[in-house]
Formats: sequence, structure tokens, C-alpha cells
Amino acid sequence: MVNLTTTNIHKSYGDFKALSNISIDVPAGSIFGLLGPNGAGKTTLIRIITQIIIPDQGSVLLSGRPIGPADIAIIGYLPEERGLYKKMQVGELLLYLGQLKGLRKAQAMEQIKIWFNKFEISGWWNKKVEDLSKGMQQKIQFIATVLHQPKLVILDEPFSGFDPINANIVKDEIINMAKEGTTVILSTHRMESVEELCDYMVLINKAEKILEGSKKTIKNRYKTNTYEVLHKKRLGMLNHGFTKVSELAVDDDFFKTTIKMEYDKTPNELLLQLMDQVEIHAFEELIPDMNEIFISAVKGVSHE
Amino acid sequence: MNKIFLIIAREYITRVRKKSFIIMSIIGPLLFGLMFVIPVWLATQEGDKKVIEILDESGYFKDKFSTDGSVSFVYVGSSLDEAKADLKGKEYYGLLYIPKFDLDKPDDITFFGEKNPSIEIQGMIERMLRNEIEDIKLTRSGIDKEQLEKIKTNIDLNVINMTDVGEKEGDVLVATATGYVASLLIYMFIFMYGIQTMRSVIEEKTSRIVEVIISSVKPFQLMMGKIIGVGAVGLTQFLLWIILTVVIYNTVLTFYGGEIPQTNQMEMVQQVPASTVDSPMKMVVEKIGTINFPLLLGAFLFYFIGAYFFYGSLFAAVGSAVDSDSDAQQFQLPITLPLILSIILLSAILRDPHGNLAFWASVIPFTSPVVMMMRIPFDPPGWHIALSMVSLILGFIFTTWLAGRIYRVGILMHGTKVNYRILAKWFMMKN
Repeated sequence: MVNLTTTNIHKSYGDFKALSNISIDVPAGSIFGLLGPNGAGKTTLIRIITQIIIPDQGSVLLSGRPIGPADIAIIGYLPEERGLYKKMQVGELLLYLGQLKGLRKAQAMEQIKIWFNKFEISGWWNKKVEDLSKGMQQKIQFIATVLHQPKLVILDEPFSGFDPINANIVKDEIINMAKEGTTVILSTHRMESVEELCDYMVLINKAEKILEGSKKTIKNRYKTNTYEVLHKKRLGMLNHGFTKVSELAVDDDFFKTTIKMEYDKTPNELLLQLMDQVEIHAFEELIPDMNEIFISAVKGVSHE
Repeated sequence: MNKIFLIIAREYITRVRKKSFIIMSIIGPLLFGLMFVIPVWLATQEGDKKVIEILDESGYFKDKFSTDGSVSFVYVGSSLDEAKADLKGKEYYGLLYIPKFDLDKPDDITFFGEKNPSIEIQGMIERMLRNEIEDIKLTRSGIDKEQLEKIKTNIDLNVINMTDVGEKEGDVLVATATGYVASLLIYMFIFMYGIQTMRSVIEEKTSRIVEVIISSVKPFQLMMGKIIGVGAVGLTQFLLWIILTVVIYNTVLTFYGGEIPQTNQMEMVQQVPASTVDSPMKMVVEKIGTINFPLLLGAFLFYFIGAYFFYGSLFAAVGSAVDSDSDAQQFQLPITLPLILSIILLSAILRDPHGNLAFWASVIPFTSPVVMMMRIPFDPPGWHIALSMVSLILGFIFTTWLAGRIYRVGILMHGTKVNYRILAKWFMMKN
């Protein structure tokens, strides 16, 4: 198991600042979401971690020691812009990519077979890449990323191009890998995947880190103390500190009301008031989803 | 190092396996072979029989025109109009009308035909007329024809090179031909395989596999692996061509029972242009022996490889900077210009193979491979060769370094409109 830390990373291209003072902490064996709008600097950060480019300042530590060329063998990287050699056969291409990662030929063969079985594509060895559909090629790319059993896997938009069934297969594999101790960095715009998979995340916007932490703490931070109540009969006035945000008639005499409370008020106080006035059928705290958090965090910064 | 080898192996194997490589390897020597076969075939082939009517009113040419190859002659005694009418009805190739004429001013002789006579036939008729008229004139001036033949003298100037080793017979023609062939081969090779390197880089870039690869190896390793791999393919193809050409050549020789002695590969290559010159084959073969083959072959191999590295890395850099073949053209030009220039320079260098121009052009690495191969058959001073080789080595170290710096940035850039200023910026960029 490896954990990854970057400290105060700066990178600029001429006048353009790509990353400014980025420190992240990816716990070992976690699935870590690397989020941010297009052009925020995610790819630059990933390229620094994969040692494709060198930061102007700052360092990348893998389990506490500076990352080096030998670590290529324990990192697997699936870039967002990805492709394969179209004229090659699937088997020999995977063999080649595995060997480039430092696997011996026999090891690579063995791993390819394991993955071929997992993805039920055993007959593909002799197929030419150009004869495969896009989704099939994506599978091969995923295999190429994890073939050498990396301890750190970096996936940039791993689900793009997959149909829901195959996306699920890949998702399960990601969860599996993390369970077995692989550290996964997941960069995606699909917030539902983040919601589902990520334990920790960092949000980068315009080269700067604007949000980080575990999914739970981030969500708590973005809670607005808002509740949704399904009740019979219309709700009248509420005490000071409770505000009706919206009221929606559902069907005869049923209403769905959203209520926001001040931070010193508790749900029980709200319930007490409600019980006096209406018949409660459902009561639920509204927790913002990652999509909302993403948008409000990014907008919040850019409005400043 | 191990990874570079993997890259070379992939580049090599995927290319050599391609149908186009196999086809080119077979077609190449067939084309070379055809260069030998076609002249032989043409020479043995008889064209259509052509019959030419002759109306000789002068009386000088009675029975003087005799069948020559596929052309035969028929004398007619009728009037010009009748002969012309005759021409239309029968399948004569043409009518040669020789009116009475002044021997000193024979310009009324006319050829009538439905179409223009071929240059060959026109030449033949003119030659026959001229010979006959000259003979008549000779007889009239009382000169014996045999006497005249004896007086005619053939001169073939013997050229002796004064070298430290001793005197040695040289032949400008053979040296020229040798130089030309070697220069052109190098030029061709750089073009073919340099552009292939470039295409391959573009393909890797546009297919977006490059980022996967360079998360495993350094961009420079990828670039060098590709250049070496593609170069090895070129060398392989070249070797195949030589071997197959020799086989085809020898087969053809045995088939036609030619008298040319069996020669080694290089000599054979030399004979291509040499045979087009009006010099007896046997002499050419002898003269070829005067060329220093170990030097020529060694130099050829060196410049072949050196030039490819020098230009190949530049082509790779261009490939890394652009997104498509068509974008590549603006950057290809400055690379191909010195190559084309060196071909243009060849004729000037031939005029003075050891002059100033020749010296500088064969020392500057941009032109040196092509130009030096032209000079080597003329025995340039050893230190010229040494200097040229050292400068080529330094040159390709420089170009690969320069290319590597552009390449490492370029392969990750998509959709940028690239110009020279941006290239310079990439070059200066830290990692």
C-alpha cells in the first residue's frame, strides 16, 4: 500500500500559471477524487505525479520518499486522451505495454490472461485494435493501465466511452482494487461516480486548490440545515429562525415543504412545531450532492 | 536501455511485417532488374516490318539502300505522282523521293509519309544518304576510302592519379557514376525513411497513445527508439534490395548468356548509369576496379546512417509539433531544402571535386552526406573525410538534442497552431 503526498506544487508555462501551491494527501488504499472544471490544472497535476513533467517547485512523495524513475513500475496511468496502436494485435500490444512497465514477458502473458478472463474477452488476442469498437478499445486501455498490478492507479475519466454495463464492470474493478490495497486517484466530471466511489477528494479551480477532505466532511461543510417535510394539510407560520423555502402541493391536501433553519436550531425543535400544525408523513435532511457542491464551490471562488 | 530496445523492436517488427514493406522489397529490385532487362529486351526485339519506297531520279543511289533491321526498301521507277498514289494504296511506311540534285547542295530530298517518320528512321535515312554522298565525293576527289579510315584516330585519355601510395589509373566517368549513385541513394533514403519517422510520430500523437507510453519511458527514449527502429527497417530494405537485385541480375545474365563477368554487388550498382554511357562494358568493369571499394562501402554505410540520424531526428521533431501530415509541410521545407541543395550542388562539385565549394559542402553536416559520397570516388584527402565524419557525428548529436527538446513538449500538445516562435519556446521550456 502506498500513499501519495504532494507539497506546494507550482507549475507555470511562461506567463500561464497551471498549478499554484497544490498540496494533496492521498491516503493509502483510498479512492481519491481529483475534481475541477476543464482547464483547472488536473491533467498537469497528474502529469507531474506520473513524472511526465517536472514541477517548478514542490515535491511528490510516495509513501514518504520522493518519487523517482523506478516508481514508474508501480504506477498505472489511464490518460483522458488515450489511444492505442491501431495496426497492432490486442495481445502483442498489451504485451508491449506491460513490458514497458517492467514486467517480464511471462508475467505479462499471465496477467493478460487473467484480465481477458475477467472481462470475458479471451478470444481477442489476435484481433487488430482497429477492428475493435470504441468501448472495446477502452477495455483494452483499462487492462493496459492495471496490467502490471500497480500500487497507485491514476484514472482520468475512466468511464467515458463505456455503456452502462461495461461502466459498471470497470467501476467494480476499481472498488476491488481499492479493497485489495491499491491507491486510486480518480479524475472525472461525472459527479455521481465521485459520490459513489470516492472516499476523499480535492477540488482544483484555476490552478488553485479550493476544497479538500473526506467526502463526509465536505458534505457536512456544505450542509445548509435544510429539511424537506411531506405533510398533510397546509403549514402555517413558523417560529423565528425557521424559514419556509418552498412549498409544493403534491396531491389532495398533501404538501412538500422545504424548511431552512438557523444553525443553532435542531431538527427536533422543527419537528415539535410541525407536529402542532400538520400530520407528518416524511421528514428528511437535504444534503447537497457532489454536483451542487462542485458548482457552488467553483462559482463561489470565481465570484470573489 | 532495455526499454529502448523494446521500442526499437516494436517499431521494427510492426513495419517489416507490413504488406507495403514486403511489396516494396520485391518491387524495388524488380525495378532495378527491369533497368537491365528492358534495354536487352528492346535490343533483341524486332519492330514492325517497315517498307520504304525509293524514287531515285538522281541515279546516285541505285541499290545503295539495303535492308537494315526491320526496315527494307523498294525501288520504284515511276513518276513522283504515281509513286505517291502507290503510297496510299499499299502499306508502305513512306516514300523517299530523291530528285536530281547538286552533290554540294543536296537539299531537295524529300520523305513523304502518312505520318512523321520516327527519329530513328529519319536518322537512319539521313545517315545512309550522307555516307553515300560522302563516298561519291571522296571518289571524285581521288581519296581512297580505306586510307581515310586508317587516318581516323580514337583517343581515350588515360588518367593517372598521383597519390602517396603510387600511381593509379582513374576514370572520371566511372567515378562520376559511382558518386552519383551513392549520393542519390543516400538522398532517397533520408527522404523515404525520414518522412516515415515523421509520420510515425504524428500517428502516435494523433492516436493519443503517446501519453500512455511516456508514462513508462522518457520521451527521448521513445524518440530515439523510433528513429533507430525505422532506420533499421530502411537498412533491411536496402539490403534486401541489393541481394534480390544481384539475384535477378545474375538470373537475367544467365538467361541471355551475357558475356559480362560476374561482379560483386557494388560494381553492379555502378553499372546502372555507366552502361548508359557509350563506353564498352568490359572497359567499365575494368575501370570500376580502380575504385577503392572498402573505403567507398565503409563511407557509404557511415553517411547512410549518419545522414539518417541527422535528418531523422529533425523529421521526428517536426512530427511531434504538428497534428497532421498537411500541417507538417511548412516545417518540412527548411529540412528538405539543404537536401535538395546538396543534389543541386553535385554538378558544380563534379566540375571541381576538390575545390572550396566541394570542401565546405562536404564538411557541413546539412549537405555533407550527399556531397561527400560524390567526392569519395575522386579520392579526396583523408583529413577531409575525417573532418566531414566528425562534423556529421557532432551534427547529429546536436540535432537529436534539439529535436528531443521540441519532441518532449510537442507530443503532448494538441490543437495548437504551431509556428517557429512556439517551437523556440518549447525548446527553451524546462521540463
